[in-house]
Amino acid sequence: MIKPPVTDFATDFDHTDEAWVADPYPIMEDLRERCPVAHSDRYGGLWAPMTYEAVAAIANDTEHFTSRTVVINNGRPGDDALPAPIGVAPPISSDPPFHEIARRLLLPAFAPRPIAALEPFTRELCARLLDEMADAEFVDASVQYAEHIPVGLIAKLCGLPQEDGEQFREFVRIVLEGVDLPAEERIEAFKPVEDYISAAVYERRENPDDGLISYLLDAEIMGSKLSDEHVFGSIILLIVAGIDTTWSAIGSSIWHLANNPEDLARLIAHPELLPSAVEEFLRAYAPVSMARLVKDDFEFQGCPMKKDDWIFLSFPAANRDPNAFDNADEVLIDREINRHSAFGLGIHRCLGSNLARMEMTVALEEWLKRYTKFELNTSEPTTFSQGQVRGPRRLPLRILERR
Amino acid sequence: MKIHLDTEKCQGHGRCYSLAPDLFDCDDLGTAVVVVTGELNDEQLAKAKLAEGNCPEFAIVIGD
Repeated sequence: MIKPPVTDFATDFDHTDEAWVADPYPIMEDLRERCPVAHSDRYGGLWAPMTYEAVAAIANDTEHFTSRTVVINNGRPGDDALPAPIGVAPPISSDPPFHEIARRLLLPAFAPRPIAALEPFTRELCARLLDEMADAEFVDASVQYAEHIPVGLIAKLCGLPQEDGEQFREFVRIVLEGVDLPAEERIEAFKPVEDYISAAVYERRENPDDGLISYLLDAEIMGSKLSDEHVFGSIILLIVAGIDTTWSAIGSSIWHLANNPEDLARLIAHPELLPSAVEEFLRAYAPVSMARLVKDDFEFQGCPMKKDDWIFLSFPAANRDPNAFDNADEVLIDREINRHSAFGLGIHRCLGSNLARMEMTVALEEWLKRYTKFELNTSEPTTFSQGQVRGPRRLPLRILERR
Repeated sequence: MKIHLDTEKCQGHGRCYSLAPDLFDCDDLGTAVVVVTGELNDEQLAKAKLAEGNCPEFAIVIGD
């Protein structure tokens, strides 16, 4: 479906517009000064707050905003369309009080210690990808590197075959990028995802292992096994939420270093700066914007919000707000004070944040062990994803120096 | 000066126990736990301030 390009983001906001996909940061800055809550009639009505303060307020307000659907699309779920308060992909789509129950089931698997145990696996995976790139002068850091790392980790966590990982990216595309399809086509497109997960669940019922699918099948809430919908939805969440997000974060970090040789040289000389650099890349290039639906007609900061209006909850915009961060538009890899919201704020803080940080850190460490100088290969296009997750999808580089 | 941690506000971002592992740890869910009691010495105070300034939920306050 071809949509008219946005002429004024203040009144006709669309996060899938080419201008936003190419470079959202100047648009955010302009809107922050003019609005600061942009509006649109697209998707059946949408509000896009651009300040840290408004984003934080909405993220923390589960009374007026529901997480029932977190991917902005043309459909408008009726009150009966989803099994509220669980939602399609618990706990990301759940509201209190069920949210906490569903989240507590999964939190221990994503706590720092179990995630740290996956570090050697991650390091081997990264090293293997780099070995495959060998001595090539021209490489693609997204296609040959970043995109493979999270799929390997998610397959490992779920107890699914490593070779299935490649399919997961297609599932992500179906769930996140089919937002302009009519509702029926969206449901139809979803079929392969459903079939895959049904088969995986069947397999794990027959042959339990120590992965997360078996864990969910075995888990209980107040003495009862989880409903099939709950297990199914949580698996979708695990497969979808952990892939293009981390892929984007790794890609954006490498993109920054390719564009800023002084930061690259500094990180090579001072590897102890990597932890603060990772946090700064997360702040400045936060990949994920979430969504909420307005529960009932409600006035928010002077905006007359209607029931079922979308909220485009831009953590990337919050992270660039000069009222919340000094030198908000500068990327400072040694930034000491950094309360960024790349993993969200409030009760829906990214379940996989420890995993994502570990993957980013290891991926950058291994990359920088090999490549000490590189630049964008401008003879080929660098492309960015469209939608609520932003990051490089093609990142052609020219390697100038390796070790 | 002491560490005041609001466990209601903590969402388990994990910044404090990454930056100041001598002062903070976490439980099985990833929620922060303070592991020092009483007044902070100068070295601890600097680390505690770093944890405070990196908590996305403003759950840590260093004060009397």
